[in-house]
Amino acid sequence: MVEFWDIYLLPALIIIGEILLIVVPLLVAVAYLTLYERKVMAVMQLRKGPNVVGPFGLLQPLADGAKLFFKETVVPYGANKVLFLLAPMVTFILSLIAWAVIPFGENMVLANINVGVLYLFAISSLGVYGIIVAGWASNSRYPFLGALRSAAQMVSYEVSIGFVLVTVLLCSGTLNLSGIVESQKGSLGLLNWWFIPLFPMFIIFFVSILAETNRHPFDLPEAEAELVAGYQTEYSSMAFALFFLGEYANMILMSGICTILFLGGWLPPADIAIFTWIPGVIWFGIKIAVLLFVFIWVRATLPRYRYDQLMRLGWKVFLPFSLLWVVATAGFLVYFDKIPA
Amino acid sequence: MGFIDRQARSLLLAEIVTGLATTFRYMFKTKATINYPYEKGPLSPRFRGEHALRRYANGEERCIACKLCEAACPALAITIEAEPREDGSRRTTRYDIDMTKCIYCGFCQEACPVDAIVQGPNFEFATETREELFYEKKKLLDNGDRWEQEIAQNLIADAPYR
Repeated sequence: MVEFWDIYLLPALIIIGEILLIVVPLLVAVAYLTLYERKVMAVMQLRKGPNVVGPFGLLQPLADGAKLFFKETVVPYGANKVLFLLAPMVTFILSLIAWAVIPFGENMVLANINVGVLYLFAISSLGVYGIIVAGWASNSRYPFLGALRSAAQMVSYEVSIGFVLVTVLLCSGTLNLSGIVESQKGSLGLLNWWFIPLFPMFIIFFVSILAETNRHPFDLPEAEAELVAGYQTEYSSMAFALFFLGEYANMILMSGICTILFLGGWLPPADIAIFTWIPGVIWFGIKIAVLLFVFIWVRATLPRYRYDQLMRLGWKVFLPFSLLWVVATAGFLVYFDKIPA
Repeated sequence: MGFIDRQARSLLLAEIVTGLATTFRYMFKTKATINYPYEKGPLSPRFRGEHALRRYANGEERCIACKLCEAACPALAITIEAEPREDGSRRTTRYDIDMTKCIYCGFCQEACPVDAIVQGPNFEFATETREELFYEKKKLLDNGDRWEQEIAQNLIADAPYR
């Protein structure tokens, strides 16, 4: 009995505890990201944003959540019921399980696997299934069109994301996410982070994750002017809420990946006493918050791309450019014999 | 040169950066909105809000049942019935305004020879049921009593332009 407890039960409980420790703050972060978005957008549009529910509108996300929770889940008559209800769960779960490999700080990671980058890439590619299944199972025109667009878009931009990852891997010499962060450690602080030497790739990566998370200006899958709400059109209540949570969790996840790859993860911007006092988790959070601000900032600024422009940008600009940069980086590393061991 | 210039601009995302800078600048401007339920914007004395039937200072109702407002109303929202009172003066027995029909054009107020029916400054009279919006004489007179001060001031302020 004692053996069973020591070998199986205790580790399992510890892992469940760790999972809760990641998921609960994450969901709270997602809820407050919606408020953050509304507030930032409001400020940029000379409005005030939600400020009535609770102090500074801080209880607004809870009110929204409660409202969605008590609504009725409407399943359309012609829909494929199983897939229709499965799709939001797939989206939501996929946006959560990717967090298993994200290092929040030094040794603060649920699964420190050596193929972390590949795992993330695989999970984010799977994300498209939730959307395409939702669009198909709704058995309705707008969701179907939205899902098709989304699939094409995510596949296109994943290619250039892949090349960006390759450049970072070439420079850091590891697929382990903690290793990538460690490789950015140096005496120069933030000048050691990969976004300085790989600045064009940083920009390409950021634009690509905008497209990958279906955010403005690439939110064609849910372009409300043409497609009502895209693949979410037929969804209501918690099914909709799961899509919503999944989408915003994906935004945070992608910002997190961007932080790890280019902005030095949990590392402080300089090795000065005041900065090093702040724990790594906080730095990680601050960097994610800054990137999310840019997400929202871009949304408040740019109009939506046309579909052919989106495809042109993905295939005719980003793909050759990132490919060229991979070759250039690899050549540089080989020529100057700087390949990391 | 023009070609290189254009390509360099688009490669460096010049226009996108300019746009982002603009929105960033707007973050620090004063807000255009006011905190509505707690603070309200200014209203013109000519504002055409909720209707009210006014009284003279001695408490006598102004309306003389001439039915000019009923005739002027383009939405047919006003219904008036009248008969002589015991003291011989002509008064309304019924004065209904269907607020769901009213288009707030202000013709009733313009038609009225004794400034009895007016549209006051109140615009916050939403109700939970449709029936509550079928105003009858009592409701209108109560409105007149409640808003008399503001209405009188507005009429004086607007008088030179009428």
